[in-house]
Amino acid sequence: MKNRILYTLQLADNALIYGHRLSEWCGHGPVLEQDIALTNISLDFLGQARGFYQHAANLFNALPLAEKQGMFLSVALEEKVKKGENIDEDDLAYLRDGWDFRNLLITEQPNGDWATTVARAFYFDTFNHLYYTQLQKSNDLQLAAVAEKSLKEVTYHKRWSSEWVIRLGDGTQESHEKMQAALNDLWPFTGEMFRMTDVEQEMADGKTGVDAAALHSQWKQDIVSIIDEATLQLPEGTRLQDGGKDVRHSEHLGYILAELQFIQRAYPGMEW
Amino acid sequence: MTVRDFQQAFDEKIDREIAIEPRDWMPDNYRKTLIRQISQHAHSEIVGMLPEGNWITRAPSLRRKAVLLAKVQDEAGHGLYLYSAAETLGITRDEMYEQLHTGKAKYSSIFNYPTTSWADMGAIGWLVDGAAIMNQVALCRTSYGPYARAMVRICKEESFHQRQGYEILLQMSKGTEIQRKMVQDSINRWWWPSLMMFGPSDDNSPNTEQSMRWRVKRFTNDELRQRFVDVTVEQCNILGMKLPDPDLKWNEERGHYDFGEINWEEFWNVVNGNGPCNKERLEARTKAWENGQWVRDAALAYSEKRKQRAKSDTKAA
Amino acid sequence: MPEQNSNKNEWPLWEVFIRSKAGLDHKHAGSLHAIDAQMAIENARDVYTRRMEGVSIWVVESKHVHASDPDSSGAMFDPANDKIYRHPTFYDLPDELTHM
Repeated sequence: MKNRILYTLQLADNALIYGHRLSEWCGHGPVLEQDIALTNISLDFLGQARGFYQHAANLFNALPLAEKQGMFLSVALEEKVKKGENIDEDDLAYLRDGWDFRNLLITEQPNGDWATTVARAFYFDTFNHLYYTQLQKSNDLQLAAVAEKSLKEVTYHKRWSSEWVIRLGDGTQESHEKMQAALNDLWPFTGEMFRMTDVEQEMADGKTGVDAAALHSQWKQDIVSIIDEATLQLPEGTRLQDGGKDVRHSEHLGYILAELQFIQRAYPGMEW
Repeated sequence: MTVRDFQQAFDEKIDREIAIEPRDWMPDNYRKTLIRQISQHAHSEIVGMLPEGNWITRAPSLRRKAVLLAKVQDEAGHGLYLYSAAETLGITRDEMYEQLHTGKAKYSSIFNYPTTSWADMGAIGWLVDGAAIMNQVALCRTSYGPYARAMVRICKEESFHQRQGYEILLQMSKGTEIQRKMVQDSINRWWWPSLMMFGPSDDNSPNTEQSMRWRVKRFTNDELRQRFVDVTVEQCNILGMKLPDPDLKWNEERGHYDFGEINWEEFWNVVNGNGPCNKERLEARTKAWENGQWVRDAALAYSEKRKQRAKSDTKAA
Repeated sequence: MPEQNSNKNEWPLWEVFIRSKAGLDHKHAGSLHAIDAQMAIENARDVYTRRMEGVSIWVVESKHVHASDPDSSGAMFDPANDKIYRHPTFYDLPDELTHM
């Protein structure tokens, strides 16, 4: 059960951290219509995160006390467990530190310019589309339900980011260069999506989770067809920026959490 | 028809409450006044995204975060509806942005105040949106069709904004001592600027008379301000908070609340660019616009290329 | 439509029409900027259907909308005023007649 919770948290953390990053664009987009579009996408991810966190909290609350203890390194969560209190979506989002977060490194990378945001979205949306298609078949009905709802959303996200890759790639000389540079910069982070952790392997074997490694060739095929249309080059080189799924993060996550969790940390235990 | 005939037909329509539509003849000053007012209104929505936007990443729960994000996004939508309405008068959105960025166009001064605590998200929703709604409901019957239609859509969407703000404050006021303190502090800072949102008092508002005549405005600044004070006092009591005005009291004879004198010096100072955040707000907007230039150019270049390709494909076939 | 987009760097303006539910007409919802029809539809989805307002979207570039001239609205529309025989209430029929 512990691994099922950690697996669910990985999905939740991906959605939260990535949605948080996108929400930073709100009010600062290059054109009003796209400001609104990006915020819609951000809201979709926030909704996904909540679905997964609620499920993880329910799974956790159902555990016997002994199994709850020590699952997280968070002092505040451990306190709650000690007091016998149930936890909820916000406890999971707001009370864990970076070494309890399991999101992919790519989701926490800074927004950069529009091309960087588009490249990050393009890699991640294409992956999510394949991933949720499989997760719909999970024998965990809650995970399957969130995946089914999310699939409609990410289908749209994938279209949005693919179209922008094409527009920027096949736009002006400047946009072509920026788009290529962004694809290259984020390429090293894409390997992590497909590397299976022990938790993921166990979930995949038990038909609860997705065999991400098996999605790689389709993902690459999807990516290449868009990159070709955009007159861009598929980046080369190693893809070793990896570790988020094993709670080893880049420096960026700490700052995200410092901001995200500020109120809960400064005024602990209050209702807002 | 002579200009005088046109003028007469226009006046008649106004008197009979028939909406003026984009292609109808209208006096130059009517057009100018509308462009000024609608674009100012649009800019207020867009700049208004910033003070709340900076709390999206710090919202204290996932639910609050989603609500705030949706709300700030609505403001972008409202700005868009209003820019569109102004565009029917023959000005482009880019021209309006230009006026905003160069300081030629104004926006509501309230957004030049800083948001320094989470309670401000509540106070803005309750007081600032509350004041805005007073204005906007009145504008749903404004004489220019596209403006009135935009306002109807905006008012419909806006109704959740004030409620979510009030809910934030209500939740906090039921919480701990420190949360109540935070709420009171926020009300203290936002009350007077909210009253200023209705603009100068009637005897100092040079445009009011003509705007009323044209039915662009339906009520005077002071009328709307009074209405706002009257409804807000009771709402504040429910929160168990105090409005920061020692002169605030019920006047049986008038059937309204009396309230203290607004600090007009502060009002004009902020209007004239010297408020706490004028510089930051304009910088943020200008930066977003300038950083977006290559993106907008690229998309346009792409669509041009595609059109060319489609043309040569047809020729080849 | 008044002459728009004097600035050639500005994205073209589009008019958006939304069908709020199956069986109803598409109704003008507003306008927006987009580089092409595809983007206009997607922007319309994001801007004008955030609250489930629509099941179908039409977009048309504003410059392609042709409108009647309001100055000749007398000639255009007044002649319909006296054709009340086009309306069902014009006809005087016995009250006991039903299903008509």
